[in-house]
Amino acid sequence: MIGGVMIAVALAYLGVLFAIAYYGDRRAACGRSIINNPYVYALSMGVYCTAWTYYGSVGRAAGSGLSFLPIYIGPTLIAVLWWFVLRKMVRISRINRITTIADFMASRYGKSTSLGGLVTVIAVIGIVPYISLQLDAVSASFMLLWRHPQATGVPAITPGGLDTALWVTLGMAAFAVLFGTRHLDVTEHHEGLVAAIAFESIVKLTAFLAVGFFVTFVLFEGPGDLFGQAQQEPALMQLLTFSDAMLDYGEWAWLTGLSMLAILFLPRQFQMAVLENMDEQHIRKASWLFPLYLLVINIFVLPIALAGLITFQGQPLDADLYVLGLPLMAGSELLALFVFIGGLSAATSMVIVDTVALSTMVSNDLMMPLLLQLRILRPGERGDYGGVLLAIRRVAIVAIMLMGYVYFRVTDTTASLVSIGLISFAAVAQFAPAFLGGIYWKGGTRAGALIGLIAGFLVWAYTLPLAALHSISGAPDAFLLNGPWGIAWLRPYNLFGLTGMDPVAHALFWSLFVNVAAYVGVSLFTQPTVLEQGQAARFVDVFDYASNSDAVFLWRGTATVEALRSLLERFLGAARTERLLDDYAHRRGMDWAATQQADAELVQHAERMLAGAMGAASARVAIASVVQEERLSMDEVLRILDETSQVRAYSRQLESRTQQLEQKSRELEAATKELRAANERLQELDRLKDDFISTVTHELRTPLTSIRAFSEILYDNPTIDVERRTRFLEIILKESERLTRLINQVLDLAKLESGAAEWSTTEVNMANLIGEAVTASSGMAAEKGVQISTQVENEPPLLVWADRDRIMQVMLNLLSNAVKFCPAEGGRVSVEAARQGQWLVVRVADNGQGITREDQKVIFDKFRQGGDPRRGRPQGTGLGLPISAQIIDHFGGKLWVESTPGEGATFVFTLPLPVDDKQ
Amino acid sequence: MPGKVLIVDDEANIVISLEFLMEQAGYTVAVARTGEEAIEKIDSFHPDLVLLDVMLPGINGFDILQRIRQHFAPHEIAVVMLTAKGREVEVTKGLALGANAYITKPFSTRDLLAEVRRYLEPGEEHETLTN
Repeated sequence: MIGGVMIAVALAYLGVLFAIAYYGDRRAACGRSIINNPYVYALSMGVYCTAWTYYGSVGRAAGSGLSFLPIYIGPTLIAVLWWFVLRKMVRISRINRITTIADFMASRYGKSTSLGGLVTVIAVIGIVPYISLQLDAVSASFMLLWRHPQATGVPAITPGGLDTALWVTLGMAAFAVLFGTRHLDVTEHHEGLVAAIAFESIVKLTAFLAVGFFVTFVLFEGPGDLFGQAQQEPALMQLLTFSDAMLDYGEWAWLTGLSMLAILFLPRQFQMAVLENMDEQHIRKASWLFPLYLLVINIFVLPIALAGLITFQGQPLDADLYVLGLPLMAGSELLALFVFIGGLSAATSMVIVDTVALSTMVSNDLMMPLLLQLRILRPGERGDYGGVLLAIRRVAIVAIMLMGYVYFRVTDTTASLVSIGLISFAAVAQFAPAFLGGIYWKGGTRAGALIGLIAGFLVWAYTLPLAALHSISGAPDAFLLNGPWGIAWLRPYNLFGLTGMDPVAHALFWSLFVNVAAYVGVSLFTQPTVLEQGQAARFVDVFDYASNSDAVFLWRGTATVEALRSLLERFLGAARTERLLDDYAHRRGMDWAATQQADAELVQHAERMLAGAMGAASARVAIASVVQEERLSMDEVLRILDETSQVRAYSRQLESRTQQLEQKSRELEAATKELRAANERLQELDRLKDDFISTVTHELRTPLTSIRAFSEILYDNPTIDVERRTRFLEIILKESERLTRLINQVLDLAKLESGAAEWSTTEVNMANLIGEAVTASSGMAAEKGVQISTQVENEPPLLVWADRDRIMQVMLNLLSNAVKFCPAEGGRVSVEAARQGQWLVVRVADNGQGITREDQKVIFDKFRQGGDPRRGRPQGTGLGLPISAQIIDHFGGKLWVESTPGEGATFVFTLPLPVDDKQ
Repeated sequence: MPGKVLIVDDEANIVISLEFLMEQAGYTVAVARTGEEAIEKIDSFHPDLVLLDVMLPGINGFDILQRIRQHFAPHEIAVVMLTAKGREVEVTKGLALGANAYITKPFSTRDLLAEVRRYLEPGEEHETLTN
């Protein structure tokens, strides 16, 4: 294929990435992020899949079957824990404005510049082999494609002359510089970068699936055919099974564990998953989307490997290049070009993100602290240090890329991609003890972290890269076989006589063993500094800190606002400093003009702002240069912490006490209300009772007055004429009767109302009862010339359950009232009884003058009588109707009056008929 | 000097007894059964003394008393309250509103007559008559 075309396509592809990144940044600037969703987040994590996955998995599968898988099983397993672990990392990083994993470690262990520097060194050294892997893969694939079709299967690298790998290195370095160092503040999200990486994840996945489809369904006739052909070869069959020969369970376990750590601590994974996270909620979805991505991209690994083995039998093509070789072999150059681009995307995404992360570490956690501490940079002087930071980063990128190139050149060029990658994995795994310990164990100290890291790293270096250097020639030399100076227990692959392990597993075992032991051991025997303790609490209990304002300020010293401002300006620029400080003042209602001395909070705020650009450790050094800090003794710190916690505990107590009191007062209020209501009811009852007694007294006095008056008159006038004497005596008798009746009724009503009345309930035939009542009233009616008519529906008999005497009392009362209110001439009373559904309805109607609407309301009240006052009070007690109503009510019925004034009144009562009375 | 007595009560039998007593004592008698009737009779009949029941339908005895006192002093029209409500407050209220006397029902006819004579025949000796 023409090299120019390939280069043009590759450059075009990189151009597209730039366009996407530019678009992403533009959108972010407008506040319309294209990456703020869980899908882009999960795709950006796909940076995990590099050329190693793209080319190397097939190579690994061709050599040892399914053993390519643990590297994907590990991340899949740990994704289950992301919601707890990753979310905590994200939260801590956001709150502390963490810029890199080195910054994270430095910040946790008391903003230690030495720890940040150490982590940086380990990361750089650890990642260099990984970068060389990408260079290897890209240049090999480039060469394979370029030379096609003249020399398929020729080793990819031309010695000397045109050094493809160097050009690839320089090209990628240039791209990474252009791409990765556009911004200064590394805590601001690189939205463009993330968008481009997500896009690359799609490209490499699509390309790999395309070649997988092509191989499986075009070159072969589907998976059945492919696996069928493979079965002809016993050697190939072994690749497909979990046979003991092909599979070392121990190795599987080690690789799975290793990749679990790698997915958390690889600088590029930390960058994408932690620092570029926009929303903690995205982690939820990503924790199944990302494993799904891994699954899909691995589906065709085995078919391609088998197809390669079958197709290139006996040819010297590196199995790592089957992915590209197969379409080329089939003459599908366009697909091959697409596959090359896919591989390029896998490599560039890794290189870009890792170099961005590493260069940030180098500038923030290694160079800046050095420059500040060595007084090469003096924060007190004028000057733009932001530019210095960027320059350092750019140089760092180029240097790292060149180191990768050198590693690529000096190490065994025939080593598989996977084995190179695993060396890097093992290096970053050294971060695990101090990192995980740092976010879950407050006891971890800076010294423990430093010594653990150094020990683990040294063991790693000795057992992996150093050992690798000693097998450049392809065969292990005496150093490997016999150990240095012939000391057998120092053999790099068999340290302390440990045998039977794969070199990576062996290295991982020993390095992590000494790392953890040193970290825990030293931590237990060292005293953390004040700052370390504060940071430990901020990290471990990150979810307990609602916000920064909740944090304890363990700082005492003096600084002027002016000094802080000029310091910030030098690193962040005047405009940004102005904006940040104004925001701060606005939030706290401060006025800069009136503030000269910075308080602890402002100093910490400035430090955090600075940390965003240069890392926590550097920021600390920079701040220290303008602040007169007073060292706090341990006792003082403990006192401050103690006071703070006491104040918090006290305020919590107060709060709960207040709530209790509020609750109590609410209860009291409710109780008071109830009491008041009860009291009012009682008073009302009392008043009613008083009224009743007063009324009864009045009603009793009235007949008594007449009786006494006429008795005295008759006594004083013995000679009074007979006619008048008779009349007066009659009045006396009538009033006596009235008095008796009144007393009886008052007692009766009292009994009814108190519930003390005795009832003898029997079956009452209403027709008979009405008949008797009418007969009993006939004398009184005749006296007034009133005619009583009855109309009783007694078929079947109207039977009710009631007290016969009581119902009789009601009937007599209603009849006497009716007669009483009839007109003097032509008075008529009609009595009707009928059934209505389940009710007996009795109506007693008169043709008197009726009852006014007002009177209708009160006649059932005690001692209230209707009628025209001009005609004098009718003879009655005013208790008949209330008593009748009580009686009817007792038997479940109702008593009421219907009347139109001038047209008589009808008193109606109902009584329930027995339910079994069906008719 | 014979006087004019207005009886205001809604109890027919009490009115009859009072009418008898007053006529027997030689007074001219008029009867009112409601408050409205009483006010009308005061204007038309010009009584010297009113026997006034408190519990009346419509305008009650205290209202009537107030109206009387708006126009007539106690020596112009004497008012003797008659009431079945014997509570202290009622007595105090009646006297405060300007009643000349307050008699509780049931009353002694002799006491009532003595009280009436005290206002209608002030110069005479009543002690002998009460017995």
